[in-house]
Amino acid sequence: MATIIELPIETFSGPVDPDWCPGCGDFGVLKSVKMGAAKAGVAPKDLVIVSGIGCSSNLPGFIHAYGVHSLHGRAVAVASGIHLANTSLKVVITGGDGDGYGIGIGHFIHAMRRNLDITYVVMNNQIYGLTTGQASPTTSKEMRTKSTPRGNVEFPINPLALALVSGATYVARAFSGEPNHMADLIASGIQHKGFALIDVFSPCVTYNKLNTYQFFKKRVYKLEDEVGYHTGDMRAAFEKAFEWGDRIPLGLLYADQQPTYEDSEPAYKRGPLVHQPLGVEPAVFQSLIEELM
Amino acid sequence: MGDLQIGIGGAAGDGLDKAGDTLAKTASRLGLYVSAYNSYQSVIRGGHIWLRVRLGQEKVYSHGDHLNVLIALNQDSIERHAPEVVSGGVVMFNSDKLKCNIALREGVTQAPLPIGALTKPFGPMQPVMQNTVALGALLFLGGLEFDVIAEVLGETFAHKGKPVVDQNVNLARAGYDYAKANFKPLAVKWNFTRKRRPFLTGNEAFAISAVAAGCRFYSAYPMTPASAILHWMATHAERCGVVVKQGEDELAVANMAIGAGYAGVRSMCGTSGGGFALMTEAIGLAGMIEAPVVIVEVQRGGPSTGIPTKTEQADLNQVYGASQGDFPRVIIAPSDVADCYASTVEAFNLADKYQLPVILISDLLLSEHPETIEPDEMPAEVPIDRGALVTSWDTAKGRYKRYAFTKDGVSPRALPGTANTIHVAPSDDHDEEGVLISDIFTNTALRRKISEKRMKKMDTLMKDLPAPKLEGPSDAEVTLISWGSSRGVVHEAIALLAAAGVRANQLHFKYLLPFHAREAKEILSRAKRTICIEANATGQFARHLRAETGFSVSDHYLKYDGEPFEPLQIVDRVRAILAGRAHSLDVTQEEASEIAYHYVRVHLGEDLRPGRLEKAAGNGAGEQIWRIEIVNRDSGEKRGELRVGVETGSTHSWQAIA
Repeated sequence: MATIIELPIETFSGPVDPDWCPGCGDFGVLKSVKMGAAKAGVAPKDLVIVSGIGCSSNLPGFIHAYGVHSLHGRAVAVASGIHLANTSLKVVITGGDGDGYGIGIGHFIHAMRRNLDITYVVMNNQIYGLTTGQASPTTSKEMRTKSTPRGNVEFPINPLALALVSGATYVARAFSGEPNHMADLIASGIQHKGFALIDVFSPCVTYNKLNTYQFFKKRVYKLEDEVGYHTGDMRAAFEKAFEWGDRIPLGLLYADQQPTYEDSEPAYKRGPLVHQPLGVEPAVFQSLIEELM
Repeated sequence: MGDLQIGIGGAAGDGLDKAGDTLAKTASRLGLYVSAYNSYQSVIRGGHIWLRVRLGQEKVYSHGDHLNVLIALNQDSIERHAPEVVSGGVVMFNSDKLKCNIALREGVTQAPLPIGALTKPFGPMQPVMQNTVALGALLFLGGLEFDVIAEVLGETFAHKGKPVVDQNVNLARAGYDYAKANFKPLAVKWNFTRKRRPFLTGNEAFAISAVAAGCRFYSAYPMTPASAILHWMATHAERCGVVVKQGEDELAVANMAIGAGYAGVRSMCGTSGGGFALMTEAIGLAGMIEAPVVIVEVQRGGPSTGIPTKTEQADLNQVYGASQGDFPRVIIAPSDVADCYASTVEAFNLADKYQLPVILISDLLLSEHPETIEPDEMPAEVPIDRGALVTSWDTAKGRYKRYAFTKDGVSPRALPGTANTIHVAPSDDHDEEGVLISDIFTNTALRRKISEKRMKKMDTLMKDLPAPKLEGPSDAEVTLISWGSSRGVVHEAIALLAAAGVRANQLHFKYLLPFHAREAKEILSRAKRTICIEANATGQFARHLRAETGFSVSDHYLKYDGEPFEPLQIVDRVRAILAGRAHSLDVTQEEASEIAYHYVRVHLGEDLRPGRLEKAAGNGAGEQIWRIEIVNRDSGEKRGELRVGVETGSTHSWQAIA
């Protein structure tokens, strides 16, 4: 394994200041993404941040790296294409819970099944913020929002459990109130070979009055402090994924080394697609024509 | 000039497609030109399959409009298609099982094959054996030399071992010898040049052209009639160095292809109308972030799930209107298999040069029918133009601006991984550097200029596209307007019209967007009369033509029954229009029979079929009716009467004989 040369966090300072509400959890995530990339030693030119649509999806504009600010729900698909085209880049997806667990949940699940070598940081605030406060797929039951004035009747998505059953090989949870801890998880997610999910409690200070910084501060604890917890134990990871109440776990729930999609793809024997010459060799082309005659 | 039109009809699962392939390949290797069409259904077994194969000494542009030989593998095929065989032709069938007891045209002969006796020496009878025997007999009837079919069968069955190969060659030989001893050959003369030419479908042409043009990423979700591109790509991916990704849906497919295009590989995705509907938002994204991508839209009959295995040209409105907002896009409608090859190369170059989505709009007919093309129509070396790419940037020149406002609208593109050109490609509107001008930063001046910059590319790229040309006599009494796959069939119809004393010419459109409005208007303003021929119900292209040029066509020939145009159909319709005869939408006798077949299959079971038909007064139905005798399939004994409305096509009543 190549030695990692950590970069100064300023390497990733973006051209524009974030337009998030003061106190938004996403500030912490932005800082941790920069720190994580710096720790993982990824040069800005080799980093592509892909997002969808939502408050959190504006993140690529606030960091010095290549970025695609794509469509609502489609960040994972766009990122998959970028990664498959140029496997020498590090692709990090940043988005929200509505984007990833609602409109884009299909791509989320299938990208994990494929174990693409991509890192996905979800700023999960359990509400739709940009559209001013409707229920999201992770909104707690009975919570009142603009679209659920009588209380949310739908069962919330459990992204960690979903990731575990979908074949993700790196499943972690972080909290905006713990940016250093989050940065470590992001750095190791980037370094992990395979699909890494880092679900982040990133409180919406404007529209979610239930899942606030205080709410989480009182409840969260770190799995690495738990004696005897092993990240290779799927059963234990499941238990932790469902733990919700007085104690809510943060940290790496599960990690496993499995072959990635790219490992099984013969086209990469010749290197990243983008660096390969165009067209096919004359002998190969001739064989294609022969089949038709 | 040698021209032989063959129809093969039977049940799905009879192995007809393979028989058709063998015939087509054999003729092609003898140096003949072939065009075929498989009128299949979306069922694995059962149902009626109808395969058309046309052989020509010269290039043939369609599957034709009549039959010289019918190979009937079930009774339905005799009943439905034997009347299409023209004088001098032959109806061939398995006389162990089938009877040709219907009226044939004058000069048509029967060629009954005793399949049981012919196959007996070669092991236990399997239904597919009759195909090979019939092919052998057809070779004799059609004056085709036998040696090539042995070679083709050898290749087809090589994977099953020598005994199977030998068995099939012997079966074909038995058919050939039997025909020689018992039937007269058709009056057709060939010159077998044995020149080898590629014989392929439009979908194969799209796929092979894509790899020749450097496509390295293909994504798709299975959908008829585009799936064959996915299958070809998957089968040849390793050899051609292509990553083929079957996505979870067309949203993923399009967005992945755009991601790959943004990252710098030539990428393509393919689908039909329903899948394209899911791709539309992504196509707008490609327009906005200026990512090159090629999308193949193979139309089938719509709306909704529609008629999945039938052809139509009714997705034009959809491709024009795909996605919200204004953005540059190119729409190219290839006209034949060779043009699928050429257009795909063009599509990749336009996508790269102008950094936008290019849509290749095909249809089931074009994509799935195989055709002989010239070897030089699919060159290995194709022109490749990747457009303005920034591979290094000297910061002394200032900041790199991904969306720099330029006079031609094209902003040199830097790929991720390049030093000093870091930027964000945003789906929100943005300034030259990619910084958002939406939301709280909305800036009207920048919004106007970035929009103009993007749309300017449409004017710039126009110079790369050849203008439409009038083909045929300039003083023709009628101009036939076509687009996409109907170029060839209209071309053939014009020759037939000329033979019948009608001077017609053709104005065909391949580049649908941007549109050569000035050139089209100039040509059309000189036309005496115009008929727009398209396979849809509402005249979508004629409407587009009117929107672009202000020109309204005089008449339409619209076909939306799922089957492709045939030359004679066009001739008949054009002559009717010129003679001022109003087109009737009444149910014809053939159609009444088809409606009866459907009723019989759904409600009465497989042992009955429609018999005699006659038009009669309504008798309470409020319209004239077709009285259709329903008879026993074997005995021909009448079992009842079905009444179908002449105007509405409604099945008014079924009366069984007690």
